[in-house]
Amino acid sequence: MVKSDTIAAVATGMNCSGIGIIRISGEEAFEIADQIFCPAKKEKKLADQDSYTIHYGTIADGEDMIDEVIVLLMRGPHSYTAEDTVEIDCHGGVLVMKKILNLVIRKGARPAQPGEFTKRAFLNGRIDLSQAEAVADVIQAKNEYALKSSVRQLKGSVLSFIKEMREKILYEIAFIESALDDPEHISLEGYPHKLGDKVDNLLKDMKNLLINFEQGRILREGIKTVIVGKPNAGKSSLLNMLVGEDRAIVTEIAGTTRDTLEEQIQIRGLSLLIADTAGIRETEDVVERMGVHRAKENVKDADLILYVVDSSTDLDENDEKILSLLIDRKVIVLLNKTDLLPVTTEEIIKEKLSARVVSISAKEKTGMERFADLLDEMFQEGKLSYNDEVCLTNIRHRSAMESAKESLEKVRESIALGMPEDFYSIDLMDAYESLGHILGESLSDDLVNEIFSKFCMGK
Amino acid sequence: MPFVEEYVDAVVVGAGHAGCEAALACARLGLETVIFTVSVDSIALMPCNPNIGGSSKGHLVREIDALGGEMGKVIDRTFIQSKMLNVSKGPAVHSLRAQADKAEYGRAMRKVLENTDHLQIVQAEVTEILAEKGQVTGIRLYSGAVYHAKAVILCTGTYLKARCIYGDVSIHTGPNGLKSADYLTDSLKKLGIEMVRFKTGTPARIDKRSVDFSKMEEQFGDKTVVPFSFTTNPEDVQIDQVSCWLTYTNEKTHEIIRSNLDRSPLYSGVIEGTGPRYCPSIEDKVVKFADKNRHQVFIEPEGLHTNEMYVGGMSSSLPEDVQHAMYHSVPGLEHAKIVRNAYAIEYDCINPQQLYPTLEFKSVGGLFSGGQFNGSSGYEEAAAQGLVAGINAARKIRGEEPIVIDRSQGYIGVLIDDLVTKENHEPYRMMTSRAEYRLLLRQDNADQRLTPVGYRVGLISEERYQALLEKTEQIQKEKDRLEHTMVGASGDVQKFLDSYGSSSLKTAASLAEILRRPEMKYEYLSVIDPDRPKLSPSVTEQVEIDIKYDGYIKRQQKQVEQFKKLEEKKIPEEIDYGQIPSLRIEAVQKLTLYKPVSIGQASRISGVSPADISVLLVYLEQKRRERKSSNEAEDGVY
Repeated sequence: MVKSDTIAAVATGMNCSGIGIIRISGEEAFEIADQIFCPAKKEKKLADQDSYTIHYGTIADGEDMIDEVIVLLMRGPHSYTAEDTVEIDCHGGVLVMKKILNLVIRKGARPAQPGEFTKRAFLNGRIDLSQAEAVADVIQAKNEYALKSSVRQLKGSVLSFIKEMREKILYEIAFIESALDDPEHISLEGYPHKLGDKVDNLLKDMKNLLINFEQGRILREGIKTVIVGKPNAGKSSLLNMLVGEDRAIVTEIAGTTRDTLEEQIQIRGLSLLIADTAGIRETEDVVERMGVHRAKENVKDADLILYVVDSSTDLDENDEKILSLLIDRKVIVLLNKTDLLPVTTEEIIKEKLSARVVSISAKEKTGMERFADLLDEMFQEGKLSYNDEVCLTNIRHRSAMESAKESLEKVRESIALGMPEDFYSIDLMDAYESLGHILGESLSDDLVNEIFSKFCMGK
Repeated sequence: MPFVEEYVDAVVVGAGHAGCEAALACARLGLETVIFTVSVDSIALMPCNPNIGGSSKGHLVREIDALGGEMGKVIDRTFIQSKMLNVSKGPAVHSLRAQADKAEYGRAMRKVLENTDHLQIVQAEVTEILAEKGQVTGIRLYSGAVYHAKAVILCTGTYLKARCIYGDVSIHTGPNGLKSADYLTDSLKKLGIEMVRFKTGTPARIDKRSVDFSKMEEQFGDKTVVPFSFTTNPEDVQIDQVSCWLTYTNEKTHEIIRSNLDRSPLYSGVIEGTGPRYCPSIEDKVVKFADKNRHQVFIEPEGLHTNEMYVGGMSSSLPEDVQHAMYHSVPGLEHAKIVRNAYAIEYDCINPQQLYPTLEFKSVGGLFSGGQFNGSSGYEEAAAQGLVAGINAARKIRGEEPIVIDRSQGYIGVLIDDLVTKENHEPYRMMTSRAEYRLLLRQDNADQRLTPVGYRVGLISEERYQALLEKTEQIQKEKDRLEHTMVGASGDVQKFLDSYGSSSLKTAASLAEILRRPEMKYEYLSVIDPDRPKLSPSVTEQVEIDIKYDGYIKRQQKQVEQFKKLEEKKIPEEIDYGQIPSLRIEAVQKLTLYKPVSIGQASRISGVSPADISVLLVYLEQKRRERKSSNEAEDGVY
């Protein structure tokens, strides 16, 4: 489906730093901004304001005020992309930025493709010729990251669920198409009614998924974190403490069942994705070789490592092995069991490893405040960050799911109106393509293959 | 000189459906053209099914006609039954299909060829393509005769190293026992052209006198026949039609097939070629769709002056005795006498990725090709390519820009773009699902889409072009009138709406708005539209479709705008993809292999990602700016 060619994304990194900027670029940038921006003083519409002016006000979604912002207007060709550009400076915070971006997209912009601002800037002559190669590199690198993260960010169960929906849609298209191509062999008698039911079911699933997207249950978004430590250091208790005992059980809607291997936790608005939680619980009493081996595997692609040390005992060879894995990594050392007599102290750790250390007692549930402070500090200093592509990927996913839903609603409408069958397949195809964007799969020859493999054609 | 030596403009190799269109296009555009065939008696032969058109193929025939090709005109004169398929579905998938009198079709086409100026027919086998420095210079015949030519168009169909197979019988002939062409493949390979081997098949022909039609369902043609050609007077095609007949295979048939599968050359590995999935042999259907307990069989006449009938749906390469048993197991065919066996045919063809969208070889200038030689299947697909190859060969010789019909202009564009851009592992058949803008590419508006192109090329007369312009204007006027003519919610109007089960009006509405209601038709509206002008059905049909499906049509038009943007960004031929930093290796390989002419075509190559396309855009912009600044520098010197 053709979407408007006005693009939007978060222009600053997705972190907690003071100010976050949402950038909108393209023909409709001003128009879109006008729909969500309420100036503090009664003034003209943004579209009627001069270029290079700054406006203070709020961003609101209907009645809901989202944030106080400053809006910067730049008319093309005098902007980074040489297109009409609006920058919304908000107070930062991942949640607020996401909310505003989502709103902008709902009002008609589309999520920028990886590196698209840079690409436009170059193609529109705003970036110097000498930078061409660097521009190409940025585009390729960002795409690669987005492609990888696009699928990785979906929970396994959601991924297979979307794949399944997509297969169902393809089957229906193939059926319609084979009947169109070979009307004397394949009949569509009574088919619209059956299709209607199937579409209804798909729509129900999509609506559920969208609700879950909204509530952040679908995506693995956050700082990839692993907990390591020798057996009995208290990894399991730490996990329980972080996750919290009374966490809400996610309803058993298709596609939302929690992956057993990963827990997502929020600490002061920061999202940590704790890997291999099942492993943590299980290795607590399994042979130590296993524990260390697992740690090795998990540490490899973690953004943050929480190393739990039993402060009531000496560091042993397990600790030595683990310590060797942590050099030059982003680590917080948690000295656990401080309710007992300290044997291993902060000083001893710091001799071995340059890392932040915090004393806790998982049993007494103390030290969490300090731990959260440390996390915050690292984030603010930029030692930890979300890649901005991650957030955008999620928004792309959601907007793709929205369009898939809209396409299916059109199918429903066409059936109700008694439109001919070939019209259904046009919208089904759009839905199929939209879902494909989520999975990073293009159309290619899927349809023709499906037609030939599932339906027996003439001659 | 020991042999004949002639100088001509264009040589066409093969006189099947592609060759005929190619030769006619060249000759009509004023080139001295020679068409070679292994048998003059087999010009425009239909060696398989006895029909022209069908879903999406009917679109192709309409487009060929709109461009100034011949196929539509010839079938309008020689059809014996005609049907518009999919009439209960949307206008985009309506498709004409006619049963042909095969012999008459061939004869009629031959007559056209024979009476075309600048065109000479020669019966001979072409054995060698002559080329110098990457440029074609002519051909050599088996006899040694040489024809020097500025362009050569290969339309060899299924004849290259052809082999017909059934059971353990394997005969080195082309279809219908015609001579195969055994030398050309090697000559092409010497030119560096990559050849592949494809397979297709045909069912048996049976003697009408031995068929018991009382056990079959009769299939009639349409009451009112619509012609293929926009130039044919509809009154001329209202003829007495001949029927086809429908029967079914059964469990017994399937059992015979299953128990003899080990004797099929397909399953024993004798056949190496890749066959088409859309046209499976009956043994393939029985194996692949084991849950189906019957398959349709259409018994179709091959012509008015023959008793031969075509057994549609039961192509096979099983041994003769098994064929007899299996055909005889079908109701109505118990005593059928087989005139010609079913057989599979294997032949050499090219990987069409070696062609530009103009159908000229990338590696040999002036060498063009069309039809089954390009890895397609079907008479209509062949004719469409032959026409485009012919037009472009002529334009090249005349020093004109090539003509490329893009995916938004016609099925012909989709067909050729798919062939030259996508990987193809079986004979390619046109399907409506392959056309992403099919609401715009209807068979009813092929003239509006392509006749202006045909006119520009020189294959459409001034008179025909003026008539089209007038039609287009009438359509626009009538659409405007319907959009702007308001009717009030009066009693008469409500009564009218009510009589068609349509809900009543709350406020005044335009006639167009009422027409958009699914239950409404242009024809019905005459009751509340007294000032309606008198217009031909071909005009009102367009008006009705354009208004009724306005929303969908506008959406596709918008998509086409986006598509065109990328299509118009041309990639220079001399580009070296290896020199572009940040292009992924897979993309470099694919782009180097396919040599896409535009960013649009590049984006359709599998293995080229959107990021690669962005990188390519950045690179082209970089080159453009570098050129510009060096030009400016030069300007400064002088």
